[in-house]
Amino acid sequence: MDLSAINPVVLIASLMVAATPILLAGMGELVVEKSGVLNLGVEGMMIVGAVSGFAVAATTGNPYLGMLASIAAGAALAAIFALLTQVLMANQVASGLALTLFGLGFSALVGQSYVGIVPPRTEKLTFGPLTDLPVLGRILFNQDILVYASIALVVAVWYWLRATRSGRVLRAVGENHDSAHALGYKVRRVRVLAILFGGACAGLGGGYLSLIRVPQWTEGMTAGAGWIALALVVFASWRPWRLLGGAYLFGGIMVLQFNLQAAGLRIPVEYLAMSPYLITILVLVVMSSNRARSSLSAPGSLGRSFHAAG
Amino acid sequence: MLRLEKRPSPSQAWNYATPVLAVALTMVAGGLLFLALGKNPFEAIRLIFWDPLFSEQFGAYSRPQLLIKAGPLILIAVGLSIGFRAGIWNIGAEGQYIIGAMCAAAMALAFYPTESVLVFPLMIAAGAFGGWAWAMIPAILKTRFNTNEILVSLLLVYVAEKLLAAAATGFMRNPQGAGFPGSRNINAYGSASNMELIANTGLHWGGVAAFIAVIFAYVLLQRHILGFHVRLAGQAPRAAKFAGVAPTRLVVMCLGLSGAFAGMAGMFEVSGPARLISIDFNAGYGFTAIIVAFLGRLHPVGILLAGFLLALTYIGGELAQFMLGIPGAAIQVFQGMLLFFLLALDILSNYRVRLALPAQKGEAR
Repeated sequence: MDLSAINPVVLIASLMVAATPILLAGMGELVVEKSGVLNLGVEGMMIVGAVSGFAVAATTGNPYLGMLASIAAGAALAAIFALLTQVLMANQVASGLALTLFGLGFSALVGQSYVGIVPPRTEKLTFGPLTDLPVLGRILFNQDILVYASIALVVAVWYWLRATRSGRVLRAVGENHDSAHALGYKVRRVRVLAILFGGACAGLGGGYLSLIRVPQWTEGMTAGAGWIALALVVFASWRPWRLLGGAYLFGGIMVLQFNLQAAGLRIPVEYLAMSPYLITILVLVVMSSNRARSSLSAPGSLGRSFHAAG
Repeated sequence: MLRLEKRPSPSQAWNYATPVLAVALTMVAGGLLFLALGKNPFEAIRLIFWDPLFSEQFGAYSRPQLLIKAGPLILIAVGLSIGFRAGIWNIGAEGQYIIGAMCAAAMALAFYPTESVLVFPLMIAAGAFGGWAWAMIPAILKTRFNTNEILVSLLLVYVAEKLLAAAATGFMRNPQGAGFPGSRNINAYGSASNMELIANTGLHWGGVAAFIAVIFAYVLLQRHILGFHVRLAGQAPRAAKFAGVAPTRLVVMCLGLSGAFAGMAGMFEVSGPARLISIDFNAGYGFTAIIVAFLGRLHPVGILLAGFLLALTYIGGELAQFMLGIPGAAIQVFQGMLLFFLLALDILSNYRVRLALPAQKGEAR
């Protein structure tokens, strides 16, 4: 095995790429859960976003139109979830699962004619002389637009949740929907909007996978990324900056795992490929083992449906 | 404006009517889907729901398939439904199914080529144990560390799939298989083979186990104190606490039982229809069983019927794929839509839909 083949600068630059899908999807889910809704359909919304973005980009030849399609597709699937859980009062866990099962089937159906096609390239941004800086240039100033957008999203969500009126209303709805309703906030409207936002983010995360990270369409290509994003929200204790850190940590594990495979570590590939899932479980255990702390940081009304008594 | 009024208790009539209505709506929506794919919707629906059973041309082949496919679905769904009733969400049955099959195959391969009547029961025990042990991971993490069982059980599916790939290409590979991935043919090894019990019915030991599981679950839920605790914990967690239901024991019991059932389903599959451990051994039964459990309203008898219906969509889907060129994934979409309609229609059993007159609107809010 040849560890010298692993270049730390390339490693860091590529871990940011590897982390972006789960960062985007995780940020969306964080907002959804902050509003008191548990949407387990992230995997389904991601894969539908992946296939829609790929299809539009491959047809039009424009990756940015593809990204818009990913956003729209993720939000459209989330709208079904919103209809089920907010209007028709269905169980959130079951509805989320339904979204994932449906999404996996739907994407396989739509994606059939796109297997084996190469999508249009998304160019990396360059910042003139900054990009030519020795180490930092490659890591900070030579990424594609969505890597920057995902970091901007973290900043925006963080600021919005903590410092704006609407962000605080969203948190109030998530902490205690009965009190929020009594104060006159529209619980259902807030939650529907949050769910749509979450779907858009998950869709974009999926689009990033098929358009930039892989870039190709294969059936079931999200391979659990949506579930890892869900775990990431717990890991982050529902805090945006921790989510960023967590996503990059996972990105690092994924990239390292690939690099070790390539470097010819004498462990069968399958066991290395297991590691992201096992580490996710491990992290979940560590984060939730302190009962008092984890119940404090979780939104109070998480997963409970709200029906205004009339 | 329409207004929802919560019923004091769910409507029994709607409880029975909604699954039927959901199937009907899925057929309509599925027809539209097939139309969008450029196929004749009526022909497609007939191929999926009617021809596998009654067509002279395909019936002889398809009818036995019904029991072969329904067996694992029912067995897994019955196990899952008990946990779902208590609010314990094991959604990793697919993983438990894989591990059960691998443990059973390991047992068979350990005895190969000894012929003995003990091999098959030992394999069943190994399969149940494998599924149980795999389900104990989320159970223990839940009870000891308060970790979410939904995420852990699901993530373990991916781990199980990788283990399966490692087994098929590595430690379980057939030494006489010329290097091809896949284990020895367990179905061809007499003592371990899960044979068809009555010719041309498709009934093998897995089907028998599924029927026993249905009866077992029925007795457990209706006649046993444990079943009462399960229902109590699901419907009124606070009351359950006061009644002395230990949540820890309930989690371990529900996850363990569903895991053992899923593991057994894997065992019957690997020794029967699937014949051997291969990379693509798992066919998604563990996930479809979730739909079966909901379609059967988490009731053992309902699950029995729902299992047959979803088995029919599998077989009919293959037929439609063959005859009309409808992509296989369309059936997955079909099954997903079924769950959507089912969940959406649940509102009718839990709420009354009232027409609120504009004058009353103020107080209705």
